[in-house]
Amino acid sequence: MRKNYERALKALQDEVLVMASMVEKSIKRSIEALKNRDLELARQIIADDEAINNKRFDIEEQCVELIATQQPMAVDLRIIIAILNMLVDLERIGDHSEGIAKIAIMVGDEPPIKPLIDLPRMAEKSCQMLSEAMDAFINRDVVLAKKICDDDEEVDALYEQVFRELLIIMAENPKTIKRATRLIWVAHNLERSADRITNICERVVFIATGHMEDIGASKY
Amino acid sequence: MTIGNLVTLKTDPANTRAAEDGHCLRLQQVNLYYGDFHAVKDVSLDIGARSITAIIGPSGCGKSSMLRLFNRMNDLIPSARVEGLVEFDGVDIYQSGIDVVELRKRVGMVFQKPNPFPMSIYDNVAFGPRRHGIRNKRILDEIVEKSLIQAAIWDEVKDKLGQSGLSISGGQQQRLCIARVLAVEPEVILMDEPCSALDPIATLKIEDLMRILSTNYTIVIVTHNMQQAARVSDMTAFLMVGEDRAGMLVEYAHTNEIFTNPKNKKTEDYITGRFG
Amino acid sequence: MKASNAKRRYLTQRVAISVLAVSLALVVIPVIGIIIYMIANGYSSLSWEFLTASPSQAGKAGGILPAILGTVYLMLGTILFALPIGVMAGIYLSEYTRANWLTRLINMAIVNLAGVPSIVFGLFGLAVFVLGLNLGMSLLAASLTLAAQALAMTITTSREAIMAVPKEYREGSLAIGVSRWQTIRHVVLPQAAPGILTGAILAMSRAAGETAPIIVVGAAFLVGGLPGSPFDRFMALPYHLYTVSAHIPGMPSEIKWGVALVLIAMVLLFNILAGIVRIKTRKR
Repeated sequence: MRKNYERALKALQDEVLVMASMVEKSIKRSIEALKNRDLELARQIIADDEAINNKRFDIEEQCVELIATQQPMAVDLRIIIAILNMLVDLERIGDHSEGIAKIAIMVGDEPPIKPLIDLPRMAEKSCQMLSEAMDAFINRDVVLAKKICDDDEEVDALYEQVFRELLIIMAENPKTIKRATRLIWVAHNLERSADRITNICERVVFIATGHMEDIGASKY
Repeated sequence: MTIGNLVTLKTDPANTRAAEDGHCLRLQQVNLYYGDFHAVKDVSLDIGARSITAIIGPSGCGKSSMLRLFNRMNDLIPSARVEGLVEFDGVDIYQSGIDVVELRKRVGMVFQKPNPFPMSIYDNVAFGPRRHGIRNKRILDEIVEKSLIQAAIWDEVKDKLGQSGLSISGGQQQRLCIARVLAVEPEVILMDEPCSALDPIATLKIEDLMRILSTNYTIVIVTHNMQQAARVSDMTAFLMVGEDRAGMLVEYAHTNEIFTNPKNKKTEDYITGRFG
Repeated sequence: MKASNAKRRYLTQRVAISVLAVSLALVVIPVIGIIIYMIANGYSSLSWEFLTASPSQAGKAGGILPAILGTVYLMLGTILFALPIGVMAGIYLSEYTRANWLTRLINMAIVNLAGVPSIVFGLFGLAVFVLGLNLGMSLLAASLTLAAQALAMTITTSREAIMAVPKEYREGSLAIGVSRWQTIRHVVLPQAAPGILTGAILAMSRAAGETAPIIVVGAAFLVGGLPGSPFDRFMALPYHLYTVSAHIPGMPSEIKWGVALVLIAMVLLFNILAGIVRIKTRKR
């Protein structure tokens, strides 16, 4: 029954997956650009963020049309409302990786103050969380969603570690302050991205249970 | 173009304009009167082929009257008078000499109240083809089966084709009526509030069916249920009664447009439930 | 105060119901009374011979077969002419005329036709069928005369039955490119048939009871043998009853009642038949 509507609702969720994978790719590439001092890639990421923003408006429009024309109810209504919220988070995560790409450009070919190890790990963890969050979204998997929120603590711990490490470097050698501060910004961007992913997980719980709850209170 | 004194409706090269720009039905400054009563006032719109167009508006705004322009059903009312141009497939269907029977064969109609004839399900569907001269039992069998399948009711009635068309549920009766129309292979199906006598589940079934049919047929539906128009149609026409009590076209646009961002304040007031 | 009001209301209702019941009894009791009286008085004359033999001794002996057959022929003849014309006129009036002064005039004429005294129809039949068309005093002329009288009934009932067919059915048929006439033929008439049939049967039973017009156009008291062709004169139950009751001295009363009983039985039979047709179709 209502095959047309079912199709539209399914297509809408597929679009969210597409957007999430765009965002995930953006995170991965931004840290790569930083690590490899690849300015070309960094510029590409900044340009691609435009596509992510457009995707968001596209999906938003589809949501409005579905609400206006199909009168979604119950779980269908929750899906669409949740998607509208998730879009904001995804778009923001995209902005964070764009921010990292901009930092990569600022850093340019300055000599590194330290080898990048924890930052790529943060990025990797965030990407993993995001892809798991999409699994949870598609499968309405509350357990997985809550587990992802717990994973956020790992990202927080990494952030703290990076922060402390960079403080020490700066204290030892004030000449590094400018470069170190930039890396702190990168870490901060990644930490915020992970927080956004926990927001997405809260929406997944809302879809599945109908309850809004704060499940991943971040330290930051 | 004329056979005897009947103007044929068959599309000929002179009329391909309609086919080219994809328009199937066209109203140009059409006025409809019942005696002194001005029912439809100065309406112009083009309806695309193989799409669903919904006509919405408050009660008594001339929706049904407008729909009945397309198959000249208003002819049944002696005092009805039409001005302006009503085209089907590029042919003015109100010019003298038009074969109305042929027109209605190509522009079928489904009504508000399911109206199967008091005869068997089979005979209901075979009614049109038989009247149009098909006698061969095997061909009739095929038509009946095909039409019932197209109307998404075959599985429900295939074991009781001999039963009265009145013995099935209201929703099934309406789909049977749709099958009866499909059996004469029309190009356009006009639907006059086809779900207003049905429950929500039966309504959704009909709506699904309309979506499927719209790949092959041009469907025009009048509905007082604007959610239905929103759910099912590609284009929506909003009609309203003017100060002189004549129905007029307020806005005609893509359904998404009408329901998310109507251009006319009156349309907005109506679909947001602020009047009407 | 309130209690007495309620009491008064209750009483009023009782009185009203009683009055209605008495009125009903006033109608029903005489009918049943007449039938019982007829059966009681005429029963003894009923016999196989009475139903299958020709009359002798001016009706005092023998049977009434020619009169029974004459009446049956009359009924068939009447309906043969009245039904097709009535149905066709009914179709025309309900489907093809528009509401204007002419239609109103025609409808009024039809209604008034039903009110014309039957003897006037007799004179009309005499003038037009017997003399005008030169059919002579005959079964045919009588049938045509009674048909003319029955037309008012068959036209009206046909028209009513056709108009009672819901417009949804017509629209459903017209909307799939079926012509007006095919719609009438295949959708409207089958639906209207029971109503038309009921009217026809009632018209027949009325024709069976007519006396005055047939005297003028061909009924005879005693005819040798059974009617062999439509151009023969004929006997008929009502006229036979009239003659044996009023003109034959020394007629045994059980014979009069016997004839009346047979006539009533035939009329009743047809009315019951009409009732059955109506009930059966309502069930459908």
